[in-house]
Amino acid sequence: MSDTPLISTDGLSVTFRINAGAFKKFDLKAVEGISIDIPKGSFFGIVGESGSGKTTLGRALLKAVDISEGTATYDDGEVQYDIGSLSGAELTEYRKHAQLIFQDPYAALSPRMTVRDIIAEPLEVMKITKTRTETDERVREIAAKCRLNLEHLRRFPHAFSGGQRQRISIARALVSGPKFIVADESVAALDLSIQADVLNLLKQIQAEMGLTFMFISHDLSVVAHTCDHVAVMYLGRIVESATTRDLFAQPRHPYTKALFSAIPSLDPDDRGKAQKLEGEIPSPTNQPPGCKFHTRCPYAIDICKSAEPKLEKSPDGHAVSCHRWEELLAESAA
Amino acid sequence: MSLLDVENLTLQFRTDEGIITAVDNVSFSLEPGEVMGLVGESGSGKSVTAKSLMKLNPGNAIYSDDTKITLHLDSGPVDVMSLRNAREMEVVRGGAISMIFQEPMASFAPAISIGKQMVEQLLVHSDMNKKQARDLSIEMLDRVGISDASTRFNQYAFELSGGMRQRAMIAMALSTKPKLLIADEPTTALDVTIQAQVIDLMKDLVTEFNMGIIFITHDLGVVAQTADKVAVMYLGRMVEQGPVREVIRHPHHPYTQGLIAALPKLDDLEAPLVPVPGDIPSPLERPPGCVFHTRCSKIIGDICKTEIPQWVQTAENHRAACHLCKVGSGA
Repeated sequence: MSDTPLISTDGLSVTFRINAGAFKKFDLKAVEGISIDIPKGSFFGIVGESGSGKTTLGRALLKAVDISEGTATYDDGEVQYDIGSLSGAELTEYRKHAQLIFQDPYAALSPRMTVRDIIAEPLEVMKITKTRTETDERVREIAAKCRLNLEHLRRFPHAFSGGQRQRISIARALVSGPKFIVADESVAALDLSIQADVLNLLKQIQAEMGLTFMFISHDLSVVAHTCDHVAVMYLGRIVESATTRDLFAQPRHPYTKALFSAIPSLDPDDRGKAQKLEGEIPSPTNQPPGCKFHTRCPYAIDICKSAEPKLEKSPDGHAVSCHRWEELLAESAA
Repeated sequence: MSLLDVENLTLQFRTDEGIITAVDNVSFSLEPGEVMGLVGESGSGKSVTAKSLMKLNPGNAIYSDDTKITLHLDSGPVDVMSLRNAREMEVVRGGAISMIFQEPMASFAPAISIGKQMVEQLLVHSDMNKKQARDLSIEMLDRVGISDASTRFNQYAFELSGGMRQRAMIAMALSTKPKLLIADEPTTALDVTIQAQVIDLMKDLVTEFNMGIIFITHDLGVVAQTADKVAVMYLGRMVEQGPVREVIRHPHHPYTQGLIAALPKLDDLEAPLVPVPGDIPSPLERPPGCVFHTRCSKIIGDICKTEIPQWVQTAENHRAACHLCKVGSGA
């Protein structure tokens, strides 16, 4: 992992225009003011509840949705792209460098195509390979990396289990030789016993091929075991961002703490010890003023209801956006 | 006296590709006020087992002759297998047994208000009139922590958030005061913070109503936090059963051990994740002998491939179906 960022965003916002009737229109701010650097070769985790904007952020970085404000750039040392302004041929070119692995391996694969055709499709669409033999060779090579054998390539997706299907999705994302992969809840639909297997495969591929991953998940324990760096999102904003080690050793934002606390412990004697978060994430169309988390925060005081905290970065790189984090940290240490 | 006794439940499905064994010789019992976690991967037969208690499986299901499911109600025991038609089935379906499904959006009818659906089932299963049913429904919505219950009563499923919908589902399932609640992955589609709320709510309600709960999940963490006892299923067979502390701290079956090892642990981030190797076999190709032997890392020889392991008692109320335990206890 190096320090130069592969993906870098500055004040990135995504706004959707909602039509609520003939003359009623309003804006939904799904993602607002995101400034992150994803270092080359890193496994960058994005965590948050549904509705926190994590998927939208991932899609914005792939130009699957339009960026309304701010900038996002891709720079792998050879080519640079300004993601926000990509279109036409340049966008197709960018897609060779940046790919997506979907959440649901049952919905992501066409039931009418053989596994070989599914994996080969990106090559044909992007015109990466010239001949059929070249395509087949490339498909076989990538399939082997994802532990799929020749026999598998001839079959249709319905013959595969969830874990195998997710390996097919991974192979399809990797076949164009991308450098940046967005994995959106890629293990959420899998059984626990298979989940570990797919995570290990992703890590192994990342190390072998020197890829940069953005790993989107709602499950902190999964993120903890795979990512180098984690950003926690709430209602379209990053509320805390740090290396995995720092974040787990000492979470600073009350929301991060609550997320940790909500993970069901494997120890039956821990029952009832978890710190519970009341209420639900507010609707992005009707965001609370001040700190977006104050409606559910057990530590909220008057200032939290009126002023929005800035994302403060300490010298060690641990960033948090909370008015009271230093105070709360001192309290918990005492 | 126990609330529910299941003996030798064996269930097969007749399909175009042949006969599939979904549940194979499963026996367990449940006391009133007890929560049983039913754990296993997709395809292990846990949902099918739970649905059998109400004979809710589709028409191509064949129950074996020695399958015996007895529900002990105040009015006397009910032999579920002997119930023949929908009218007889009313005693268990929605009456003595309620079920909460995984996806609350799919379980509510989209074009009928939440309230109307709640009232409808009360009219079927109790002697209440419309007014009483309405009052009770609103009270139940309030009890499960839905604010402004009388407004929510008139709303439709799409107007509620995921957590709210699951609460409404729970309110609806409990309003008939069932003796047994089957919760099929009730928190899987929810965010962790909401999951914690729903788990708390269910625990409160068990104590209050003294129901038995069968909690189906693939998440051992959720089981550890809710259940009194655990049953682990693999490919239609029950492989381990016991009190929750026992099973989680001293798992005997290699599959249970594998499930626990696969769980990401928060106290040691550097520890590698250990998957259970391989994939669950297709039910059309059920392995002979111990069903788990194709993925088992502790296989002890041909006995695993040929002979179906019998239950071995390893501690009080704790038993596992593995040849390894027998060897261990014999030594």
